[in-house]
Amino acid sequence: MAHAYTPGLKVTNRISHTVVRMLPIKGDVMVQVGDNVDANQIVAATYMPGDVYPLNMANLLAVPPKDVAGLMLHQEGEKVEEGEPIAETAGLFGKFKKKYNSPYSGTVETVSEVTGQVILRGPDIPVEVKAYVSGTVTQVTPEIGCTIEADVAFIQGIFGIGGETCGPLKFATNSSDQTLQASDITEDMKGCVVIGGARLTDASIEEARNVGAAAIIGGGMDDQDLKDFLGYDLGVAITGSEKKGITVIVTEGFGDIAMANRTFNLLKKFEGHEASVNGATQIRAGVMRPEIIIPLEAGDCEEESEHAGGHLEVGLPLRIIRDPYFGMIGKVSALPPDPHVLGSGSKARVLEVELQTGESVIVPRANVELIEA
Amino acid sequence: MTIDLNNINVILATDCGSTTTKAILIEKVDGEYRQTYRGEAPTTVEKPFANVTIGVTNAVTEVGELAGRQLTNDDGTIKQPATGSDGCDLYISTSSAGGGLQMMVAGVIAEMTAASAKRAALGAGAIVMDVISSNDKRRPHEQIQRIRELRPDMILISGGTDGGTTEKVVQLAELIAPAKPQPRFGSEYEMPIIFAGNKMATDEVVETLQEDWIDLAVVENLRPKLEQENLGPARDKIHDVFLEHVMAHAPGYDMLMDWTDADIMPTPGAVGDILQTIAKKENINVVGVDIGGATTDVFSVFDETFNRTVSANLGMSYSISNVCAEATMANVLRWVHFDMDERQLRNRVKNKMIRPTTIPQSQESLIFEQAVAREALRLAYKQHKEFATTLKGVQQQRTVGDTFSQQTAGATIVDNMKLNLLVASGGVLSHAPSMNQTAMMLVDAFEPEGCTNLAKDSIFMMPHLGVLSAVHPEAAAQVFERDCLIYLGTCIAAKGLGKEGKPCFSWSLTGDVTASGTCQFGEVELIEMGPEQTGTITCEPMRGFDLGGGNGKKVTHQVRGGTVGLIIDGRGRPLGLPEDRQQCQQTISQWVDNMALYEEMEQAVATA
Repeated sequence: MAHAYTPGLKVTNRISHTVVRMLPIKGDVMVQVGDNVDANQIVAATYMPGDVYPLNMANLLAVPPKDVAGLMLHQEGEKVEEGEPIAETAGLFGKFKKKYNSPYSGTVETVSEVTGQVILRGPDIPVEVKAYVSGTVTQVTPEIGCTIEADVAFIQGIFGIGGETCGPLKFATNSSDQTLQASDITEDMKGCVVIGGARLTDASIEEARNVGAAAIIGGGMDDQDLKDFLGYDLGVAITGSEKKGITVIVTEGFGDIAMANRTFNLLKKFEGHEASVNGATQIRAGVMRPEIIIPLEAGDCEEESEHAGGHLEVGLPLRIIRDPYFGMIGKVSALPPDPHVLGSGSKARVLEVELQTGESVIVPRANVELIEA
Repeated sequence: MTIDLNNINVILATDCGSTTTKAILIEKVDGEYRQTYRGEAPTTVEKPFANVTIGVTNAVTEVGELAGRQLTNDDGTIKQPATGSDGCDLYISTSSAGGGLQMMVAGVIAEMTAASAKRAALGAGAIVMDVISSNDKRRPHEQIQRIRELRPDMILISGGTDGGTTEKVVQLAELIAPAKPQPRFGSEYEMPIIFAGNKMATDEVVETLQEDWIDLAVVENLRPKLEQENLGPARDKIHDVFLEHVMAHAPGYDMLMDWTDADIMPTPGAVGDILQTIAKKENINVVGVDIGGATTDVFSVFDETFNRTVSANLGMSYSISNVCAEATMANVLRWVHFDMDERQLRNRVKNKMIRPTTIPQSQESLIFEQAVAREALRLAYKQHKEFATTLKGVQQQRTVGDTFSQQTAGATIVDNMKLNLLVASGGVLSHAPSMNQTAMMLVDAFEPEGCTNLAKDSIFMMPHLGVLSAVHPEAAAQVFERDCLIYLGTCIAAKGLGKEGKPCFSWSLTGDVTASGTCQFGEVELIEMGPEQTGTITCEPMRGFDLGGGNGKKVTHQVRGGTVGLIIDGRGRPLGLPEDRQQCQQTISQWVDNMALYEEMEQAVATA
């Protein structure tokens, strides 16, 4: 077999990109088809039902469950304030009544005759959905949300933390293989999406957060630094909900690894442009990768849509993604069809890689990913 | 669809795992079914492909190329029926891709009906995300908040024995209705809820869960009496709902379901079926483990009672980082007999997590991965032992004779001394370059006691055979006997602790191989004994040690050889390692040498 399937990440100059912005529950959509929206614009809003507080009223009043409904001072659908009496027993000859004051403000949702349980619903929680990416509204689903379409430059990172944010792209390094130091971060990066080259040091991330940068992007970072930054050891790669004040994205992996030239140059080309970024990563079912989206104006660059990945073929450039050659760049020089005994003793299908240094090495096919020249 | 079993000559089976899709070909050779070729490809449930059938076609294409048989049509579909050197007669599949089946279960009492509900869900092949019960120490609003946060594919509600409490059962329903959990397949998905509780509470539960976003099904009570579990109907319903709802929403599964000639089974459910068949047929106690990329499943059959647990975040790729976090890096590194840079290792672990399909190329990398595997297996087995217990809540009558035994309800039924067969499957165990490595990963993590046979699933075909046994039992049985299990050998291990270097037990082996010796405490040694060889071993443990006959009592076991041989393990149970790093490395080095763990591979590399 001359070909082998190798998955890769999307890095593209220009692509028609759609984002679907949906409310978690029905509400109001505030835009119409054809509207041009800004990334920070609110496109839909609603109120989520408030928190639920069950009250075991039968126990609280020491009455049978079926009697609870008749003792309620506030009926289903009625509002009650914290501290206000919500139910009262009949007492004995009108005396010795027992009152129960509501521990929360909210609305009486249900009163169960079977269990004597009262469900109190807290005040509604406002939810707003922003456009996230500047573009044109192409579809509106009433009460649910909308679809926004834009021509964009699109880059998938490999891992990130923190959620959606946006800001102008600003470079803090001169080359893709330069490690980002704290001294490279300056005050004028406030609100910006800061681009480093190779590894993001712990001090540079901390400094970027201190100056108020929206996001920081680099080729790699050390896991120990990630642990120190998060304050815990990340076990399962489901991220995006971290509230650390900054979104962090690495494009290549963990360790001292240079950002792919294509990615670096693409970002460089759009320095100063507004970018929408999201660090949410889910390396599981329904894989989700962090993304950098740069909305383009017509004529910004030639139409081009491609992504890394596809089939291994002799001559194609690649990167090795596992030790002992982790991070090295080269090109496919041969694809021997028969399995090969590795240094680990395992047999696997391999390929021969000519490294940039001129050295030739044998690597399992599973340990490479195609990159663009 | 009716299948004529007499005309089945070529069977194609796939298992869509979370990382890799594995395909095997079974062909009728000289009147017998044999597994002949195997292929694999990355699973393609994620974007940009988002269609599981692409990975299936890739894996099947590889099998086809190796077999010289055209198994796919030009459009990627499976070519059927078999004609000459093309196509296959039967195509079946299992799946755990897409994160498998994720469920939430609820019961009145955590240790009783809720535990039974969890057993039903796990037995059906699900990952249980959380168990809600009236006594789980969370306040009701916290429970509701938790239900809201979860995104289960399905909910199972149990509670109350028949004729028992209705109030508490209805309360559970009252928690779920307002919580309105959001399914992960979008707002259009109707949440399947199965009620398998007190039949007297059915009407009220149905009334409480009368919502347009719920698809409610009612089945027989899974715990009709405290001393009786009735998990079958709930398990069957879970399986039906899995096919009707969950699979239909996973990317590409609607196509895959059209391709297969039998219902797609969740992978763990299929493995459980085949292990139960072995235990019943041989009348033995079995533990099986399947360590995957995201999860580790442990199955056990002790005294005909089947249990399965799935450790959702213990695995060798997606979950490798979690294994290191949960076990701690220090515990992982205790199995490595040389120095490694921890900062660099942490990066390697995370890189494996974000690029889960890579494989170890160097010996150092392999040894580290096998160290992680030991910890993942150890933690998964610990969870299994805590879960596989006798029914709790059953009233016990004690006699004077029971005074000193103090057997309580809810004690674990997993007894390593009674374990007859330990079966390994999953990439890191099945694909280890040397079988000695597989055997030692099993022994170090599971710590079998007395006399235990060790085997591995040759090329991870138990899931395929599990589903095949439902369609074509004869073919499944033939392939299982001839091609599936590879016997690694037997482990003879003493329970108890002693002083290093002092005698632990003496032993004498007769039969196809004759040998004898005294095993010192802290030592492990390997006796050559081939796959066809059997024998009788007589062991005389020192005081404080037990090999199955009791403390210090002589015992005789029948043993069989295997690709590894006979392991004489005097390291004691529970197995301990020196806390001092240098001393620990020396100890592990000694075990590595005695068990010839990495010699074979060094030779293989040298001759390649």
